[in-house]
Amino acid sequence: MLSVSHLTCQRGERVLFQDLSFELPESQWLQIAGANGAGKTSLLRILSGLSEPVDGRITWNGSPVREDREAFHADLLYLGHQGALKEELTPLENLTLSLGMEGFNVSEDAAMQALHQFGLHGREHLPVRFLSAGQRRRVLLCRLLLRPARLWILDEPFTALDVHAIGFLSRLIETHLREGGSAVLTSHQSMTLPPGLCVTL
Amino acid sequence: MNHSLVNWFKFASPASFYPLAGRLIPFFTAAAVLLLAAGLWLGLLVAPTDAQQGEGYRIIFVHVPASWMSMFIYCVMAFWAALGLSFNTRLSGMMTSALAPTGALFAFLSLWTGALWGKPMWGAWWVWDARLTSQLILFFLYLGFIALQAAIDDPRRADKAGAILALVGVVNVPIIYFSVQWWNTLHQGASVSMTKAPSMAHTMLLGMLLMALAFWAYTIAVALMRVRCIILERELTSEWVKKNAME
Amino acid sequence: MSRFLSPFIQSVRRDLLLAARHKTEIVTALFFFVIVVNLLPLGIGPDPDLLRKIAPGALWISALLATLLGLQRLFAPDHADGTLEQMALSPQSFTLLVAGKILAHWLVAGLPVVLIAPVLGLQFDLSGRSLLILTVSLLLGTPILSLIGAVGAALTLGVRGSGALLSLLILPLYIPALIFGAGAVEADLAGLGPDGHLSLLAALLVVSAFFAPWVATVALRVALE
Repeated sequence: MLSVSHLTCQRGERVLFQDLSFELPESQWLQIAGANGAGKTSLLRILSGLSEPVDGRITWNGSPVREDREAFHADLLYLGHQGALKEELTPLENLTLSLGMEGFNVSEDAAMQALHQFGLHGREHLPVRFLSAGQRRRVLLCRLLLRPARLWILDEPFTALDVHAIGFLSRLIETHLREGGSAVLTSHQSMTLPPGLCVTL
Repeated sequence: MNHSLVNWFKFASPASFYPLAGRLIPFFTAAAVLLLAAGLWLGLLVAPTDAQQGEGYRIIFVHVPASWMSMFIYCVMAFWAALGLSFNTRLSGMMTSALAPTGALFAFLSLWTGALWGKPMWGAWWVWDARLTSQLILFFLYLGFIALQAAIDDPRRADKAGAILALVGVVNVPIIYFSVQWWNTLHQGASVSMTKAPSMAHTMLLGMLLMALAFWAYTIAVALMRVRCIILERELTSEWVKKNAME
Repeated sequence: MSRFLSPFIQSVRRDLLLAARHKTEIVTALFFFVIVVNLLPLGIGPDPDLLRKIAPGALWISALLATLLGLQRLFAPDHADGTLEQMALSPQSFTLLVAGKILAHWLVAGLPVVLIAPVLGLQFDLSGRSLLILTVSLLLGTPILSLIGAVGAALTLGVRGSGALLSLLILPLYIPALIFGAGAVEADLAGLGPDGHLSLLAALLVVSAFFAPWVATVALRVALE
């Protein structure tokens, strides 16, 4: 369970939000809503342990996320709004190498299969710079299929996806929740997910 | 935070340190002026003329204390940096950045007076003496620290990055000093050492000590003034600053 | 053991693969080294005695500048595209991943310099023995340059005018490596033997290999906040 208490975030001299508290139990998902610049991405970065809040405490199963980092990161899958893809590598290389650095040795077959599930037939060996924005996003989302994690933190996961891919991703999140996982998302799109918690910044 | 630590850290909060610093500044400024006057009087008027070096040697009353201070301030910066990184206190970072310009100033002063002394002694403005070279490198380290802090916009990141650099620097200073000395002996450079040359008369030692104390008081006064400015800049939005500015 | 080192190896592999797709960068740094070394005699004059004397220093300073060239790009591309965030969030040790990147940087930027240095040393009329000592000193010294440089690259990541700032921060810290490295050849020519200098250089390498990846990691976490 992810629990957040009395969180305050400041960017420069502007306070983005303060005294934010919530709990995210298993099999639940949380939507973070708010206008542009309200601090959605800042909150996700704080939750993942990348940035340090001005004040407040975040724990994962009782232990602070910035203390026992490696244990928390084993349970965490974070997808930022940046691609984290290397333009000069192929989707296949991108997936196997980045997951390899996280300690998951994914076979080429498994990676290939994930790419096919996201509808990327025939693009496996093309350098990423030849792919469209939506296709790059799908390569990134393949990590959800290949890397087991109990907490998903996804920043705008539906951006640039077509209707078909949005449906597939929604089903994927539903399965994840059914299996006892939890998820935190920011999104501007209306979603076809089961009702979840919501925090508005 | 643990309860017994709260008192300890009371003055680590900028809001309570600001008035305290304000009360201390006049005291240290007065001490600096008095000690400087006494030290200069002893050094320039009372101390005997050196048999070998004539009147020119008197520059050591500025040169030696300035060199001491420049090295000492770097250590103090590293101390604040370590404190800031381990306890995450905001004031430590402010102290580190408040001390850096004074440290750089003393390093520069030491180089400049060294050159002024070197001209009559060695016949050259610059000699690749181990001490002088190390001092020059220390000056570069100060400049690097100031430049890094100036280049980073976010004050929290600037403090942390500066603290890491100060600690890396303080570990490297002895290594650099040792290597430069090693290099110096290999190349058999200048054999006249700066501090060894004049045999220390009693009054000279006292004069140098007074000058060192004067520089201490000056450093503390200036660092406190600078830290007050930094506190105001950083905490511009907070309640207590607004109230203070009204007064 | 292999499990423990696997993120390190993966990180080296990844950066080498990326470097292989950007061959021009490797060649540029190497060419820079060659051209700087060759400019020196043109500025100083072709007197063989003088050249023999300045050769170790000239090659060392050029090597130092050549590694500096690639350092700005050690973390910057990974920072720009979000890969560095993923590495910081990896369940594996971030320090090991960073250490892997540093090793890859040395293999790409440092090792070619070491390999071509004896050839350039011939232009300076160095004897066989001096060439050997020079190469050994570079082999021990260039990893130090990559390691300390990584700390500077991490500190200046994403900062305004990071290139010039990086040189200002790092070059003073390179001085001990430069003194022991270039000094090894000179000490040998002076009849003192190179052992003292080379041992100190090796000690410096061990110390920086132990601490630099860790310090760079702390600095990277600060930069990512």
